[in-house]
Amino acid sequence: MSCSRRTLLKNTVKGAIAGAVPLSALKFLSPTEVKAAIGDAKVRWGFLVDTTKCVGCGFCVKACKKENEVPYDAPVTRTWVERYVITKDKKAHIDSPMGGRDGFTSRQIKDDGEPPENIPPEEITKAFFVPKLCNQCENPVCVQVCPVGATYQTPDGVVLVDRTWCIGCGYCIMACPYGVRFFHPKYHTAEKCTFCYHRITKGLKTACVDACPFGARRIGNLKDPNDPVTKAILSERVAVLKDEYGTKPQVFYIGLDYDVR
Amino acid sequence: MTELYAVHGLAWTTKELFVYPNEFIYWSIQIVLYPYMTGLVAGAFVLSSLYHVFGQKDLRDLARFSLVFSLALLPVALLPLLLHLQHPFRGMNVLFTPHFTSAISAFGIVFSTYGIIVLSEIWFVYRKFFVEQTIALKGAKGFGDSFKRGIYHILLLGAYNISDEAVAKDKKAVKLLAAIGIPVACFLHGYAGFIFGSVKANALWMSPLMPVIFIMSAVVSGIALCMITYIVIMEWKRFKAILAKGMGDESVTVIKGLEVDRMTKAAKYLLIFLVAAISLELLDVIFRGYTAMKSWDILRSVMYGKDFFNIFILQYGFGNLIPLILLLLPRITIRRLSVALVLILFGVFMMRWNVVIGGQAFSLSFDGFMHYHMPIIPHSLETFKEGLGGALVVAVSPFIIYWGINKIVPSLNFK
Amino acid sequence: MKNHVLRPLWLAIVFVAAILLARYYVVPSDFGVHPGVHGKSFTYGFYRQGDIQDWKNFKVKYRGRDLCADCHDKEFAKIKASPHSIIQCENCHGPAIDHPDNPATLKINRSRALCLRCHADLGYPDSNRAQIPGIDPKEHNAGEACVDCHNPHNPDLEDME
Repeated sequence: MSCSRRTLLKNTVKGAIAGAVPLSALKFLSPTEVKAAIGDAKVRWGFLVDTTKCVGCGFCVKACKKENEVPYDAPVTRTWVERYVITKDKKAHIDSPMGGRDGFTSRQIKDDGEPPENIPPEEITKAFFVPKLCNQCENPVCVQVCPVGATYQTPDGVVLVDRTWCIGCGYCIMACPYGVRFFHPKYHTAEKCTFCYHRITKGLKTACVDACPFGARRIGNLKDPNDPVTKAILSERVAVLKDEYGTKPQVFYIGLDYDVR
Repeated sequence: MTELYAVHGLAWTTKELFVYPNEFIYWSIQIVLYPYMTGLVAGAFVLSSLYHVFGQKDLRDLARFSLVFSLALLPVALLPLLLHLQHPFRGMNVLFTPHFTSAISAFGIVFSTYGIIVLSEIWFVYRKFFVEQTIALKGAKGFGDSFKRGIYHILLLGAYNISDEAVAKDKKAVKLLAAIGIPVACFLHGYAGFIFGSVKANALWMSPLMPVIFIMSAVVSGIALCMITYIVIMEWKRFKAILAKGMGDESVTVIKGLEVDRMTKAAKYLLIFLVAAISLELLDVIFRGYTAMKSWDILRSVMYGKDFFNIFILQYGFGNLIPLILLLLPRITIRRLSVALVLILFGVFMMRWNVVIGGQAFSLSFDGFMHYHMPIIPHSLETFKEGLGGALVVAVSPFIIYWGINKIVPSLNFK
Repeated sequence: MKNHVLRPLWLAIVFVAAILLARYYVVPSDFGVHPGVHGKSFTYGFYRQGDIQDWKNFKVKYRGRDLCADCHDKEFAKIKASPHSIIQCENCHGPAIDHPDNPATLKINRSRALCLRCHADLGYPDSNRAQIPGIDPKEHNAGEACVDCHNPHNPDLEDME
């Protein structure tokens, strides 16, 4: 009998070990463990948006669409520019027609489904533009929820979508708190800003950074302490969008306002 | 223009105020139907297990019907997902490279497990019948009968022993499978709730109660669908009996009498789950209002404003309150019961609608709204799939599949 | 007679085996958990590694002004000396792609709308937009092309030759 009890114990231990293996896949690593695991990675791409410099010309959106072959007249876009006009009644008037692709050439606020709104200049207390793009989060929810492993975080921190493997369920689109994802009109797979991965890995800047005449957009290596972007993020007062979701965005903003959504 | 139409969601979404450019109603009618159908599957199975596991003898016939009906519903739970996928042919990727941190990845595995359980349970229940049929149909002439016999031979997997001992083993296996099946059925549907409840970006969906609410309403809808289908079929039989033998015949009243007893019993279970579902849903709403997080402003304007009619009149009023009263009033009749059942089915559908479409009725910016206009007349494959046409295909197919299955595995008047 | 109860189970095992077999042939060999920002993380690093290279191979279309300067040195010097030096050539001339091979000539955008992206006065007091010389598009020679009077490479009317 004692013998059979021993086998039972043995099998229990074996079973426990076998059961623990898939569980380890879900384990969360501590920061030190992470650092040890990736000690040699020298690049972590980050982005800095200076909203005080943005004039809302929309050249970034135009360049992005052409560079990344996102159909030009489709209302979806990898990056966009929002206009915020705050009036004396503390109301925020926000619009981003066609993602700001054609710039903001009129004072009219073009809200979705509303007649254009004319705001008298004397009512305006402040007005500014906020460019948006994928935040390449450190903890990307979109990646977490992909059922097939078609979207992932590269070793240098950019979230990409595998167009050959995406099944088009849209879960990642629903999971992103920033609304940066959409279905590509041609490939019908989830689509998002890649930080122009094909450019930054060749030593170029992203198409939007190059297109911006005012230096409102900058990209850099957050692992390099001498990188001007890293320096700026460390020395200036920067914020991120919607940090309450715990996604840890890697796109930092200068001059972010309470009203920015 | 063709380029424009390819934007998924553009055809049925209208926006109001400030909505991020990439936001559309990406999850439309098919995703409303997906948890609805999975819920029906799970509920039907739970109803059949009530008999097998807990020995509710009076539910015997209904249980057998529900079991076979849940098999008919099973492929239909898959259908909305496939119709919704932008790349349906890659659907198998969920089984090939499951990414288990995603709630959807569980689908392939839980769904297959569940399918295997239902199929095996039916196999054990009907094995004796299959063997008897192969004997009865022996030497039968005509293509139909010999074809049928061939199918039974294949289905039997070579297990022809119907000694009392073997049949007793079958019964034991059925009980075991039904017992395993209940948690799996709940898991199948609970994770469908988890799919929504875990989306932290969506203020309406994110709630730990979501999976439980989904399970409760799933059982409610499943039981209701089985009951109403059963009633319709039995009434049809009674109608045929009347036609054949006249009003006063004994068999007519027998059908009628049996039905009422059985149905009131099943209705009791239905009531328990219905009360649980309503309580949880109300708790969720009250809690959101009381804690009033940042998102409450926009949620309130959706719930009490734009979707008030859908939520409070159609879902809670017609879908919950009225059937609750109808079921609780004394001296229930089949007719009153049927009305209540139809309303319950409608109410659960509205609940799915209000979760899926309601969750996308407001923008992630919390400063704008989106409206879903279900395509009625399709002008492309996509507007068919994600419109009325696709919805009808999904709604009708379980009955067609059941009709087919019933030819091989008769689940009504089976001795 | 053998126990018939396990027969559905064997069938289920065959079904699972069939999926695993299909998986072996269908799933690319470089699909798996790869090290990344979070170490070897199943949550964030479960993917087909070859896709990284696929994205790196994506075609670059905006080649940057240095490419333009190689041949168009005169125009380049001109705009370099003007307030428009901050604007990339390709913002108005379009992406170079493989120019001069393909396309042989770039289609220049001379539209009024292009200039208005920056020069339409919106009257936003504290925005950087206010620092740019702005016009009211309805008042300032409405309907005419800006390039009829202003040279984009040297937009100041006083300086124009």
